[in-house]
Amino acid sequence: MADDVRLLTAAFDPAEELRRFTAAHPSAGGVVSFLGQVRQDDAVEALELQHYGPLTLPGMERLAGIVHSRWALDGILILHRSGVMRPAEPIVLVAAASRHRRDSFAAADFAMDHLKAESWFWKREQTGGVWRWIEPRPQDYADLDRWI
Amino acid sequence: MARLVFLGRLTDLAGCAELEVAPGPLETVLAGLDPALALALLDERVRIALNGDLIGDRGVVLAAGDELAFLPPVSGG
Repeated sequence: MADDVRLLTAAFDPAEELRRFTAAHPSAGGVVSFLGQVRQDDAVEALELQHYGPLTLPGMERLAGIVHSRWALDGILILHRSGVMRPAEPIVLVAAASRHRRDSFAAADFAMDHLKAESWFWKREQTGGVWRWIEPRPQDYADLDRWI
Repeated sequence: MARLVFLGRLTDLAGCAELEVAPGPLETVLAGLDPALALALLDERVRIALNGDLIGDRGVVLAAGDELAFLPPVSGG
């Protein structure tokens, strides 16, 4: 299996995580990764992600299992931040390693769509010193339909 | 005592992330809360988890030590 799924409450270094993941899968011919970061925006000062301990990480682990059973992968990496982040800070890193590239592309894409729409995170933004909760976007659900 | 946990915007509405309540039927527990909060908790889009497991039935009876979490729609990572 060789899956690496973590919920992080402090900043992480995506380049170092990707280096370690790639080194752990030398027989993979391709590694595809996606990095999500806090958008640099004139108005938004900070982003906070809240999680619920009993559900959030178990849900991410279950997702990794589904991704792994759906594509021929050497391994999958899913790292997700919780807590307060500043613009340009990494939020999420997903990587998939496989013999051939198509499995990795599809697996990383699928994992991101499901993380965005289904994982147990609640998000709020700080603008002008005021925090505001972000409601789900219809696009996040529409993205899931691509996989049915 | 039992514990209610509020996530996302429900935290702001409740004014706290957790609340200790007397055990008993959920209906009775909700009746003891601020009406605006109770109404928000009854929203069908709000999922509930009893001791870490999602449940569909709101007819739950809370026992001492139970943790009931109210989970509004997630807003993506």
